Amino acid sequence: MAVREAEPVETLQEVKEAGLDREDLLSMYRNMLTTRAIEERGHILYKQGKIPGSFYTGRGNEGSAVGVGTAMGPNDVGTPLQRDMGVHVTRGIEPWRVFAQYMGRVDGPTKGRDGNVHMGDARMGLHTMVSHLPAMLPVAVGMALAFRIRDEKRVAVAWCGEGAAARGDAHEGMNLAGVRRLPVVFVIDNNQWAYSTPAHLEYAVDHLADRAAAYGFEGVVVDGTDVLAVYREAKRAIEKAREGGGPTLIESVTLRMEGHAVHDDAFYVPKELFEEWARRDPIERFRGWLRDNASMSDEEEDEITSGVKRLLSAAIQRAEESPVPDPATLLDGVFATPEELETPHHK
Amino acid sequence: MATQEKTYLQAISDGLRQEMRRDQRVFCLGEDVGVYGGAFKVTQGFQEEFGASRVLDMPLSETAIVAGATGAALMGMRPVAEMQFADFVSCAWDHLVTVAAKQRYRAGTPVPIVLRLPSGGGFSGGPFHSQNPESSFAHIPGLKVVCPATPEDAKGLLATSIEDPNPVLYFEHKHLYRRIKGPVPEERYATPFGKARVHREGDDLTVITWGAMVYTADEAAAKLADEGVEVEVLDLRTLIPWDREAVLESVARCSKALVLHEDTKTGGFGAEIAATIAEEAFEQLDAPVRRIAAPDSPVPFAPSLEKAFIPQVDDVAAALRELAAY
Repeated sequence: MAVREAEPVETLQEVKEAGLDREDLLSMYRNMLTTRAIEERGHILYKQGKIPGSFYTGRGNEGSAVGVGTAMGPNDVGTPLQRDMGVHVTRGIEPWRVFAQYMGRVDGPTKGRDGNVHMGDARMGLHTMVSHLPAMLPVAVGMALAFRIRDEKRVAVAWCGEGAAARGDAHEGMNLAGVRRLPVVFVIDNNQWAYSTPAHLEYAVDHLADRAAAYGFEGVVVDGTDVLAVYREAKRAIEKAREGGGPTLIESVTLRMEGHAVHDDAFYVPKELFEEWARRDPIERFRGWLRDNASMSDEEEDEITSGVKRLLSAAIQRAEESPVPDPATLLDGVFATPEELETPHHK
Repeated sequence: MATQEKTYLQAISDGLRQEMRRDQRVFCLGEDVGVYGGAFKVTQGFQEEFGASRVLDMPLSETAIVAGATGAALMGMRPVAEMQFADFVSCAWDHLVTVAAKQRYRAGTPVPIVLRLPSGGGFSGGPFHSQNPESSFAHIPGLKVVCPATPEDAKGLLATSIEDPNPVLYFEHKHLYRRIKGPVPEERYATPFGKARVHREGDDLTVITWGAMVYTADEAAAKLADEGVEVEVLDLRTLIPWDREAVLESVARCSKALVLHEDTKTGGFGAEIAATIAEEAFEQLDAPVRRIAAPDSPVPFAPSLEKAFIPQVDDVAAALRELAAY
């Protein structure tokens, strides 16, 4: 069974029909630039030795992450992964807290208990990933189950890479979501490489979205470099789930433009492939679209670019001022205390 | 408090029903827990009383059951998930150990889930329906481990498990389900974690144990009493947290200790207790700490083999006699 392949969004009129105004578009552009800049500046900090551990980026996935993040409603939740910084940015994380997270400082969302993109601010509806991908996918299904039990019109978004789609967690989570028609949207970031393993050694179907049929719901393939197409598909899927229409599997196709992590030069990816996908850079693509279709002016563009630059310079400085965790706090929070459950998300 | 004589199984069932009546956030999920009422009938009649949306029959998906419970807990629910047999928790290991156990520490968001685990052998359940995997999880920071031995504790510890803001593994021993009866208070009560219970008083030797082995120890102690040796039986009730003070106090008083469990010996939780006694009560000991546990093999099927595997009253009595004579 062939899945639907999403159409590109051509005009400002189509965008308006999808629920975005011009301000929203500029804000999405700003979020994409901020996302890339966080990771570029982070990479420099890493090379300077200011970030311990390893360092992961989502270059090439900014459009997909910002597109889905923008489509989520204020009370929706999600479990974004290591290529999805754009979701955190879109949901409102302040960049200085991301740098504090990278540096293992107390003001990062995990307060130095976990590193790199393993973060999420529950107040923004985002719940942190684990390395065992896609373990958070069935957890997001459980969030949707809670919404179903309480009859709330909220949606959970579960991310998964094309590599992790091979694991049983993805199957069990999607199967359960299909059986119960839960309000959850699955987003597979298909960036074609799981570390060094190419897609053809990861799955045998034409599209991972084909699998949706096996779980009894709709699958759609979208060009992940087209932020507006991703937004429109995510919005459709999220609103459908909200209205009781069950899950959707969105396969967002991109290319991972860098190695698995910064130690990896991705020598195994053919140069021509990088060149081909560099011409489809999501930020450049959206920039061109905004100039052609939304009359983004030089002044507006400069303002956004310089604003992002200023924001990040201040953010890095503030993050560096954040204290390192006190070793005396090592054991704090291994177990939760009863008072902690009196938080808004537990009411 | 008015009490009623109940089986261990009824106490669990009634306790869970009471929690579901008082707290809308509590719901059950698991394989065959709804229409069928659970493989052991713990949730019998629950779907009629609470509806299908709070008593969820799940696909054969232990990963999705535990992960689903975790996600629902993060959204403010209080899930009580059932593994049909404790053995099957291996399929959900990742979700307990990787996600639920570390979530509070990493992300600051508590995961109040209870996983009910029918455990233990004694009926030729074979290698996959008889295990006692509590020590595997006691080793994981962030998880609590509960092993009630009496009907009263089964109910009271279940209430505490559901109230607790952390992932709790509640091991209910299958060999106690219908064999053990006792008085259970009708009203709601919560039995604190980390407080051991003296099942039998004595001053000559102490046996530190939990779950079904409490009764094995008690029978062995009765034999020793006939021989003039008074054995204390200390029921830990919970392994994480465990009552170090009570253990050390009992050891200081009796000077000789035997640690007994149905789980296999190497790396079993008894090793932790024995090591703690050695570290902190060495000078109070009049004999080396003794451990009785299942040997390091899978749980066998044939009754003759299973009997040789699970510690028996005579094994414990023999070890106690040796300790007494030391």
